[in-house]
Amino acid sequence: MVDETKALRKKSLLTPVNIISGIILVAGLYATIIRFTQGLGAVTALSDYNPWGIWIWFKLVAITLAGAGYTTCAAVYVFGMKRYHSAVRPAVLIGLLGYTLFAVSLVYDLGRPYRLPYPFFVSQGTTSVLFEIGLCVAFYLIVLYLEFSPAGLEWLGFRKIRNIAVKATMALTMFGIILSTLHQSSLGALYLSAPSKLHPLWYSGYLPIYFFITSIYGGLAMVIFVFWLSERYLPDNIGHAYQEEKTGVVLGFAKAISMVLVGYFFIRIFGISTANSWHHLFSSWGVLFLIEMLVGILLPAILFAIGAREKNITLIRWTAVLTILGIIYNKFFISTYAFNWQLSPVDRYFPSGLEVILTLFMITVGVVAFRVITSLMPVFFEHKDYPSSH
Amino acid sequence: MSISRRRFLKWAGAANLALIPGKSAIAASNRHFEGYPQGGGVLFDSTLCIGCRKCEKGCNEVNDFPAPVKPFDDLSVLDERRRTGNTAFTVVNRYKTSDGSDTTAYRKIQCNHCLEPACAAVCFVKAFNKTPTGAVEYDASVCVGCRYCMMACPFDVPTFEYNEAFNPRVQKCTLCQPRLEEGLLPGCVEICPTDALIFGERKKLLKIARNRIENHPDQYIDHIYGEHEMGGTSWLYLSGVPFKELGMKEDLGIKPALEFTSGALSAVPIVIGLWPVLLLGMYGVSKRLDKEALEEQDEAIKVSLENAAEEAAKKLETALNKADKAKKREIETAVKKALAEAESPQEGNEES
Ligand code: SF4
Ligand code: SF4
Ligand code: SF4
Repeated sequence: MVDETKALRKKSLLTPVNIISGIILVAGLYATIIRFTQGLGAVTALSDYNPWGIWIWFKLVAITLAGAGYTTCAAVYVFGMKRYHSAVRPAVLIGLLGYTLFAVSLVYDLGRPYRLPYPFFVSQGTTSVLFEIGLCVAFYLIVLYLEFSPAGLEWLGFRKIRNIAVKATMALTMFGIILSTLHQSSLGALYLSAPSKLHPLWYSGYLPIYFFITSIYGGLAMVIFVFWLSERYLPDNIGHAYQEEKTGVVLGFAKAISMVLVGYFFIRIFGISTANSWHHLFSSWGVLFLIEMLVGILLPAILFAIGAREKNITLIRWTAVLTILGIIYNKFFISTYAFNWQLSPVDRYFPSGLEVILTLFMITVGVVAFRVITSLMPVFFEHKDYPSSH
Repeated sequence: MSISRRRFLKWAGAANLALIPGKSAIAASNRHFEGYPQGGGVLFDSTLCIGCRKCEKGCNEVNDFPAPVKPFDDLSVLDERRRTGNTAFTVVNRYKTSDGSDTTAYRKIQCNHCLEPACAAVCFVKAFNKTPTGAVEYDASVCVGCRYCMMACPFDVPTFEYNEAFNPRVQKCTLCQPRLEEGLLPGCVEICPTDALIFGERKKLLKIARNRIENHPDQYIDHIYGEHEMGGTSWLYLSGVPFKELGMKEDLGIKPALEFTSGALSAVPIVIGLWPVLLLGMYGVSKRLDKEALEEQDEAIKVSLENAAEEAAKKLETALNKADKAKKREIETAVKKALAEAESPQEGNEES
């Protein structure tokens, strides 16, 4: 495996993808220096009206898609879908990177990042949704690292600790599901405290439930999507067991997502009718909302169902992309575009170039980390000393 | 006792303001909070405001802010749509109104010192406190700079020092809490030449406001803005034109921000209590199914070991067909393994 890794590196050093990633990384480092020496004002277009921008958008999407970790663990360990076992490690890695990037991005976003421990150790704002999110995310990050630790320990050759870590799998899974339920939904609750600011078509008392459901199907769709990319671009990192089980994973997940999406579609409609926001549908906002509902939710639900029945892997994979785009679209409206919708256009938010660059920077860091880790550690393949055990 | 009439008016019903204790602030909590009975507030009467910007000047002075680019007697800035800023805790804007008699009206903007402030409810380090004087205080020494308070404030009041690289603070009107503790009036109230601003106990201000509306129903909109908005605010407003025309939100409702999120937060113990039970139940079921599958597998192995003959192969095949596809592979490998072991029994240590 090591030789293959080396070969891969030699082969792929100057590809267009690598060059673009390199440029983004350099630009991102430059923006990072400015951010931490000259303040938020120097890199962002944030204002007193718009204190949260696309970095929050990125964070919402990252956490939602990082739901890959807990949903896959739940499927395999709790719902007993043992045949998807080879999907667990890559899915946990997606979760781990998503949450890590969330934390890193938070350091950029906070005015005084060095005070990040304050809510836990100095002054606990227990009425705050953000407090709960902080607590849960902190714990879940630990859980994710523990869940992933066997891969790292196998790589390093620490057999004994690795065996202990493996034994904790079930407990960690349970803990992870509880923590995820709490903070995934609380991310939606963040926006509950500003009912007058978020457009009624996106504001709903059910936002916490919406966010939780989104993380279930978003996480599963992310697994399909990332596995696809990995098979295509990182074939050398992929081992035997995974190759055998992957079709089952894709079909099984497609079926599950399809059902969740149908439910979600109706809950969203239910939310509109309980808030009685129907009249908003007949405005330009209504059109944007319907695009999300029909193209981002209903269409993927149908396509996943067809794909699963006809065992059409290609269709399922493209549908996963559509689903993820639907989520990005939804979070875009909640975090920026439909927020402060009543504000006069001159006061609205439009991101700065450096904000965009730093967002791309985060994504690139995530992709590079995924590549490196999957090539070094037994993620998609099995370590020769621990066959068919993870 | 040389209190002038004006001065007396400004101190509307101020007799017991001396009772206002100093710093014993209480934190926001999940219980219902009616506001401090003797809490102070300010009544702004838009019909009396002449747009002179004196209050902006007073605020600037008591807070030791740098002088603005355009001096306070330059009234041309009234035509801009301004908002609060890091060095301007209050601004006055002029609004065109639809009402025939008067074509413009003014509004002073600053923190409304909500009774149950959204900023305090959402802050994850409790940087905001509603104090017994009525002021909503901000404590920069714990603030992390997440700006959730700004997201949540329904009146778009707090501002942020975006250009501070290391210790940016949130900024907003203090209700001149330090001056109140000395028995002084808020800077803006003291300087106002027309009594458009009066300071006093909130309860008494409400009475005064009601009286004005009753005595001059033709001059006032029959609504005291801030009496109930978002659970009520310490800063109250009277107007001769609909509040919407003064750029004030009319869709806020009367529930304080806390109530919108308390439902979600109270779900936390339910999830923590219920989820493990449900998950373990689910795990139990899947374990049982697993066991059945395992038994099926064992059966197949036994059969194939007992008779090496064709008959057994046939049985095995039917067993395999019965099992669903995914299990098929599992069974096959298990059978192979078992057969291999059967052939060389002494090698049978298969630690995986
Ligand atoms: S107006 Fe805004 S900043 Fe002032 S107390 Fe109310 S919520 Fe807080
Ligand atoms: S910016 Fe400061 S005061 Fe505002 S919510 Fe965050 S920690 Fe609290
Ligand atoms: S109360 Fe004090 S801080 Fe607030 S606007 Fe008036 S002068 Fe400024």
